[in-house]
Amino acid sequence: MADAVPHETVSAFLSIEHLSIAFGGIVALDSLNLQVPRGALISVIGPNGAGKTTLFNCITGLYRPDRGRVRLDGRDVVGMKPDGVARLGVARTFQNIELFLRMTALQNLLLGRHLHFRAGFFAAALGTSRWRREEVHHRERAEQILDFLDLQEARDRRVSDLPLGRQRLVELGRALATGPKLLLLDEPSSGMTAEEKADLVFRIKDIREEMGITVILVEHDLKLVMGISDWVAVLDHGVKIAQGSTAEVQTNPDVIRAYLGEPEGWTSAGQVGTPTFNG
Amino acid sequence: MELRQRYEEDLTLVRGVLGWSALLALLAFLALLPVLAPGYFLYTASLVAVHVVIAVGLNLLVGYTGQISLGHAGFVAVGAYAAGVLATRLHVPWPGAMLGGGIAAAFFGFLVGIPALRLTGPYLTIATLGFGIAVNQVLTNWEQLSGGRTGLFLPKLAIAGVRLRDHHIYYLFAGLAAALVWIATNLVRSHVGRAFVAIRDSDIAAEVMGVNLTVYKTLAFAVSAFYAGIGGAMLAYLLGYLEPQLFTLFESIYYFSMIVIGGLGTIPGSILGAILLTILPQQLAGLKQYLPLVYGATIVLVMAVEPLGIYGRWLRIKLWFKTWPF
Ligand SMILES: Nc1ncnc2c1ncn2[C@@H]1O[C@H](COP(=O)(O)OP(=O)(O)OP(=O)(O)O)[C@@H](O)[C@H]1O
Ligand SMILES: [Mg+2]
Repeated sequence: MADAVPHETVSAFLSIEHLSIAFGGIVALDSLNLQVPRGALISVIGPNGAGKTTLFNCITGLYRPDRGRVRLDGRDVVGMKPDGVARLGVARTFQNIELFLRMTALQNLLLGRHLHFRAGFFAAALGTSRWRREEVHHRERAEQILDFLDLQEARDRRVSDLPLGRQRLVELGRALATGPKLLLLDEPSSGMTAEEKADLVFRIKDIREEMGITVILVEHDLKLVMGISDWVAVLDHGVKIAQGSTAEVQTNPDVIRAYLGEPEGWTSAGQVGTPTFNG
Repeated sequence: MELRQRYEEDLTLVRGVLGWSALLALLAFLALLPVLAPGYFLYTASLVAVHVVIAVGLNLLVGYTGQISLGHAGFVAVGAYAAGVLATRLHVPWPGAMLGGGIAAAFFGFLVGIPALRLTGPYLTIATLGFGIAVNQVLTNWEQLSGGRTGLFLPKLAIAGVRLRDHHIYYLFAGLAAALVWIATNLVRSHVGRAFVAIRDSDIAAEVMGVNLTVYKTLAFAVSAFYAGIGGAMLAYLLGYLEPQLFTLFESIYYFSMIVIGGLGTIPGSILGAILLTILPQQLAGLKQYLPLVYGATIVLVMAVEPLGIYGRWLRIKLWFKTWPF
């Protein structure tokens, strides 16, 4: 695939250029280019082990790429620590839910507000009125997000006691609580019922349209991706093999081969257009 | 605004008639203790205050932040000897010597916290264990500092030249312990405490949500060691005498037992554990040589039966009565 950096580089909100990382012999990302405009909602799909989660880990500073650049709003974030990247306005959810299990849902969201606290250690230790005002202010924000996600009934429950679908929502809420500019969602619908998935689609739309947050969605469920993303990028073995509308991507022979892994994929291209694509 | 008011109320520590009456009853009991209890018990009560301070600090690190320390006697020793040296060699009055003890221990806590950024689980436990042993060795061998075999004698506690009697010391220590418990309570419900707990539950998520691990892990160690240092300084003045054998691995396990038995990750649990493990050994004086065994076995038992300790069990009983008989 030609590696010319697309022309939107300059205006892109998130610009990823020639991003590469390998673990031992496994190349998880191979000179990846991805340009995400401000306010976009795009999806990244690909078979297991394609490098989708690794991409998120590189953006959020959990992994340091071997080569390449990740620029957010023109600023190179490679080499920054995760908490530094968070301060720039990047928030995410995790494929294997990483909640603070022994906290309540509300406390998880309040932790999301952590980076906005200005009161210092001594103000907290002495419970000063300044700290108190801040705490109340952030509590209000957290409550708004609980309302938005319809999580009020889970507010004071320990998240370890919540069903998986609710846990995913709490994690989304915690990410929203940080007040992000860029939101990375790693398979947010897995473990959700069909009803919860439908609900989630509306919420993600709202996040993009009403809150103006740029969203990158990693999904296995292509049906979910189809209705809402501006376009889709397909990864396979760390390489971006296709990018375009869901319709274009679905009929792309490289994509079919990546998913089916066998040449028969060619002959049954008709089937591939159906939503069973990702079964 | 109505909601805002409710959030404000959620931040009040003592709530309702019941909360205030319970607090006042407790304060009255503590104030009247010198009248009610026999004289020798005041010493035990002061020792309880010392152990409460140490246990609360240890729980901030172990129960809240999830960083296991088996070398806490090392921090207590640093606080005790720093206070002792400040008081005897530099003639610093006791408030300054105690504060100095806390600060010196906090500094060592910060230093031990730095490797904790890379070490996790058993490796960190071993590192803290090594620290505790190292402190004991240094004190044993550095006789100019520790006074060698003769030990280090501290001046008596006094205010404006008037020597404090046992019940004065008890009031002073109870007040100090209460103040430090209050501060710890403030901390754990604030964004600082939430960051501690977040690191315990998922340090990856904490970091990605904007918690600086370097700052908060070293902070947890420094604060915990500060409490240990103040406790050590109090102990030094209470005993009036210091020797390295007061701060061995056995003491580290002893402090650790307090928070495990009382309840990891709770302030009331730390207090309960400290009270119990101060009074119990005195009742079991005849079994002295078996105490390490008793503590070890009790820790295992608590971990297996009620990982949240006595306080956790109490909360469960309370809940059971609330929902009873349904
Ligand atoms: N920390 C790591 N150490 C070693 N190998 C890793 C590490 N992280 C990722 N990999 C490897 O990199 C490749 C890409 O993994 P990644 O988790 O990014 O895939 P993915 O697209 O998210 O897959 P899935 O759909 O299963 O979540 C895999 O082969 C994986 O084993
Ligand atoms: Mg993945």
